[in-house]
Amino acid sequence: MTEKTPIVVMKGITIEFPGVKALDGVDLTLYPGEVHALMGENGAGKSTMIKALTGVYKINSGSIVVDGKPQQFNGTLDAQNAGIATVYQEVNLCTNLSVGENVMLGHEKRGPFGIDWKKTHEAAKIYLAQMGLEHIDPHTPLSSISIAMQQLVAIARAMVINAKVLILDEPTSSLDANEVQDLFKIMRKVRDSGVAILFVSHFLDQIYEITDRLTILRNGKFIKEVMTKDTPRDELIGMMIGKSAAELSQIGAKKARREIAPGEKPIVNVKGLGKRGTINPVDVDIYAGEVVGFAGLLGSGRTELGRLLYGADKPDSGTYELNGKKVNISDPHTALKNKIAYSTENRRDEGIIGDLSVRQNILIALQATRGMFKPIPKKEADAIVDKYMKEMNVRPADPDRPIKNLSGGNQQKVLIGRWLATHPELLILDEPTRGIDIGAKAEIQQVVLDLAAKGMGVVFISSELEEVVRLSDDIEVLKDRHKIAEIENDDTVSQATIVETIANTNVNTGKEA
Amino acid sequence: MAEKAKAQGNTLVKKLLGSNLTWSIVAFILLVIVCTIFQHDFLALSWNTTTGGLAGPLITMLQESARYLMIATGMTLVISTAGIDLSVGSVMAVSGAAAMQTLSNGVNVWVAILIALALGIVIGCINGALVSLLGLQPFITTLIMMLAGRGFAKVITSGENADASAVAGIEPLKWFANGYILGIPANFVIAVVIVALVGLLCRKTAMGMMIEAVGINQEASRMTGIKPKQILFLVYAISGFLAAIAGLFATASVMRVDVSKTGQDLEMYAILAVVIGGTSLLGGKFSLLGSSIGAVIIAMIRKTIITLGVSAEATPAFFAIVVIVICVMQAPKIHNLSADMKRKRALKAQAKAVAA
Amino acid sequence: MTTATANKVKAPKKGFKLDRQMIPTLAAVVIFILMMAMGQAMFGTYLRLGFISDLFIDHAYLIILAVAMTLPILTGGIDLSVGAIVAITAVVGMKLINAGMPAIVAMIVMLLLGAVFGLLAGALIEEFNMQPFIATLSTMFLARGIASMISTDSLTFPEGNNFDFIAEKIKLIDQPKAAHDLSINLGVIIALVVVVFGYILLHHTRTGRTIYAIGGSRSSAELMGLPVKRTQYVIYLTSATLAALASIVYMANIGSAKNTVGVGWELDAIASVVIGGTIITGGFGYVLGSVLGALVRSVLDPLATSFGVPAEWTTIVIGLMILIFVVLQRAVMAVGDKK
Repeated sequence: MTEKTPIVVMKGITIEFPGVKALDGVDLTLYPGEVHALMGENGAGKSTMIKALTGVYKINSGSIVVDGKPQQFNGTLDAQNAGIATVYQEVNLCTNLSVGENVMLGHEKRGPFGIDWKKTHEAAKIYLAQMGLEHIDPHTPLSSISIAMQQLVAIARAMVINAKVLILDEPTSSLDANEVQDLFKIMRKVRDSGVAILFVSHFLDQIYEITDRLTILRNGKFIKEVMTKDTPRDELIGMMIGKSAAELSQIGAKKARREIAPGEKPIVNVKGLGKRGTINPVDVDIYAGEVVGFAGLLGSGRTELGRLLYGADKPDSGTYELNGKKVNISDPHTALKNKIAYSTENRRDEGIIGDLSVRQNILIALQATRGMFKPIPKKEADAIVDKYMKEMNVRPADPDRPIKNLSGGNQQKVLIGRWLATHPELLILDEPTRGIDIGAKAEIQQVVLDLAAKGMGVVFISSELEEVVRLSDDIEVLKDRHKIAEIENDDTVSQATIVETIANTNVNTGKEA
Repeated sequence: MAEKAKAQGNTLVKKLLGSNLTWSIVAFILLVIVCTIFQHDFLALSWNTTTGGLAGPLITMLQESARYLMIATGMTLVISTAGIDLSVGSVMAVSGAAAMQTLSNGVNVWVAILIALALGIVIGCINGALVSLLGLQPFITTLIMMLAGRGFAKVITSGENADASAVAGIEPLKWFANGYILGIPANFVIAVVIVALVGLLCRKTAMGMMIEAVGINQEASRMTGIKPKQILFLVYAISGFLAAIAGLFATASVMRVDVSKTGQDLEMYAILAVVIGGTSLLGGKFSLLGSSIGAVIIAMIRKTIITLGVSAEATPAFFAIVVIVICVMQAPKIHNLSADMKRKRALKAQAKAVAA
Repeated sequence: MTTATANKVKAPKKGFKLDRQMIPTLAAVVIFILMMAMGQAMFGTYLRLGFISDLFIDHAYLIILAVAMTLPILTGGIDLSVGAIVAITAVVGMKLINAGMPAIVAMIVMLLLGAVFGLLAGALIEEFNMQPFIATLSTMFLARGIASMISTDSLTFPEGNNFDFIAEKIKLIDQPKAAHDLSINLGVIIALVVVVFGYILLHHTRTGRTIYAIGGSRSSAELMGLPVKRTQYVIYLTSATLAALASIVYMANIGSAKNTVGVGWELDAIASVVIGGTIITGGFGYVLGSVLGALVRSVLDPLATSFGVPAEWTTIVIGLMILIFVVLQRAVMAVGDKK
């Protein structure tokens, strides 16, 4: 098996961005008929590596050889012509066109009068059938089929261009278990036809199920290439985060559960809060000094519920009580005025205001609650900025630097500082530790515990169950836009408890299946 | 110590060289030099006893720059929110037409001024409402307003060029355009004071920061509790108001409105002033000082064109070329090119060092 | 999943979806019919063949401009320079003719000149990351400025050297009364050829598909390996060249040229495209819709004259119409998103 000739050989790939080496001498070898996973933590350089192979980024040094031919990619078209096709996490198709048009775009069958639509749709149908989508009419608008099927459509497209290498970047993050199995079925079929598949996923189970070979990256550096079946999980995790398995188990014991005294009144009490097409009506209580975890897969409604609590989206049902008083949280401004703050999972698009300084980014939410024409006096502002930069340990400690020049972890710390500056009673943190390094992650986790200890109510939303279980007092479990369980997080509860709850609950009945 | 001072000096020089303001002022001085070569008394100032103010080519230039200062200021705020206001020129025509028409109908001069300004605010508010409440694209909204506005100006005057020069009691309005304060043109002084007030309003309150925040990232701004819709509405309203003042400046000097020419092409002038001032057309951080200098430079360019004896018809083409050149120079491609060249040079130097 | 999700798909909202997209176009049809009916009822001349002939002959240039404007708008861009390109090509063409150049050569020069401006706009947008409206606003000022530098007079064709063969009426149905004749001219034929060209380009070439793909999502189109950059050049090159063609047709009809011709025509073209159902933010739309939009726009002129409405009101009405249709599009999209 290892004696096959590789289809792609990348050697010593280095990519520099102003100030950072995103990749530093990384090697990657792909063999036909194999599924190869690129492993590493967020920020390890996986997506940069993919973008080097797909021609999105130009490499500063190193070589790429595809099918024996050295390649210099000057854009995605070059890479495609070399036989490399990519399906991205946020499926990159055109939702304004039909399924068939998307499959064949750029490769439409032509007749004497330009494109022959009949032949084109027939061809599309054949390619769709290969993906197990024979039931889809190529004329169906792309926007009307599910994300899972759109992904298969994107793979069908890769077959049209006769790809030798198929890159799947986090294709499973928004799929449910059945959809993942369907995808794997297709992946095996494509693999068996001799295509090399490069697969990226955060889910270890899936890595072990589908891949043959792994390349591990850490901090932009190549760590090791291994065969999946010869590598135990703890060893793999150890390589990814640069710690041994023994060290890992010490990362922190579970927090002692905060018991709710009988008769205690919650800060937030919502009943039947929901928004059609986003999240079905949910009841939630959050008490002072309590950490409530929202657990569930991407698309389960965990973020959507957080956004409703903050008024980022308008609910269309339910009642909202704050310290026993009925409120109408219709927008973020009102939420902040009522001492509710929400830190987004989408730091770049909804969190930081890139060109503004760290100082302005900290002050802006507090300023917004005061109103435009009541500026914070300079002395007070200086004190606030100083306090939260110290408290959150923001590096570099320069308040006048534009926030976009900070690392992800430090941006996140500034943002949490921004919300703390508004003195919230309820702080909703959506994926506060995503995409940041281990050190900053631990700091932020500690901040969550400290805040709760000081009496703040905290909602903690994360895709990493380990974190949720360790930090939360209560866990709301969500699946398919429903709240399916509320778990009192005592010593008997582990990640496995939650995984089983999600796997075994039928959303429609609410009962265990 | 000496080295440290030198290094500090170096960074200061670098800062100065990297600043738009420096280059704007250099450009201004160059234009003045060119003009002085062609017209030796270009810099001459004299005291005109009949008007009670300074006179000379530079003074007429300042007088003309007042209207550009107004629209450039409004345009800066709108562009900072990642928008654009193509209707400023037409708003000038509307406000000018309203003032002239009401004056010739015998309305009190102060009432006429109020009506003109109110119309400007109303058009600005309509722009603002369409952009913020309905979420229409700014350029399409204000493009419609640009053409419909001119139609509206013609409707006000019934298609004529209203003339109020013979009307009695128009002295206050005339003074705005042609009078002097301490020898300096009154309209220029008023314009500078208004720009300064807007600047204070932006920087002494949180308005400036919020406008920039909305321009940089509207959704993130909403999540911080800012109300982007309010901000958008506000900037278009301000732009309309300032354009109305510009319209008064433009028509009051001759007390006549030319419904098809007043304010024509001035949206381009305003955009150009903003671009010269260093505010990105994609929105974000803005500099009112930069735009103001840009506005004066535009008046200076116009003066230069006249001094050089080039036909006035060439002005729009000339300005289009300046906009294109500045935008091209701001393009990332050019920056990468120069960075690339620097890196290559460094590599060569390294290779040489190794070889030696 | 195959069964569960298949059910979701099995009932595609295709019929409904198409209807939703068609609402603005249907509205345009209704408006056109209402306008014609009103004109006919009140003035009795609107359904005469002669009136319809004149409608097409007088507005052939607008049909060409509407097709031209459809391309950039489909990608979410815009070409504000079309009116100014009409002006500069008209002035240059007329000067050349007056200098004794044969009509055909002058026309070719005009088309090439238009193409140069298109190329410039394309380069500014693609090479220097300028937003389309800023880039074409700049070329608009450039073109109009140069036109004014060349001449500000109203120029006319010299004796014996003109574009009359384009304007010459061809009678298709000859009636005793001239007002009942159905006639066309070469200009109308050119406009129809342009419409067919636009239809084939958009629906039967890969370039056309790329135009729609860019309108859907430019980054997706790029990641799919479509030639986005080249297509953008094609778009602005085509719209500018068609503007020059519109200039030829218009000049032939009125027999003169001036630097101020075509002021505000970009708005007429945008109005035609938007009224015809093309979404102003790109991705959906049809050439034939734009033709319908151009007809709606065209009937406004005789209606205004018949009612004795001053010309200045027309621009206000057109502005309002664009506004109403853009708002209608947003409403339709919003309803669609909710479903």
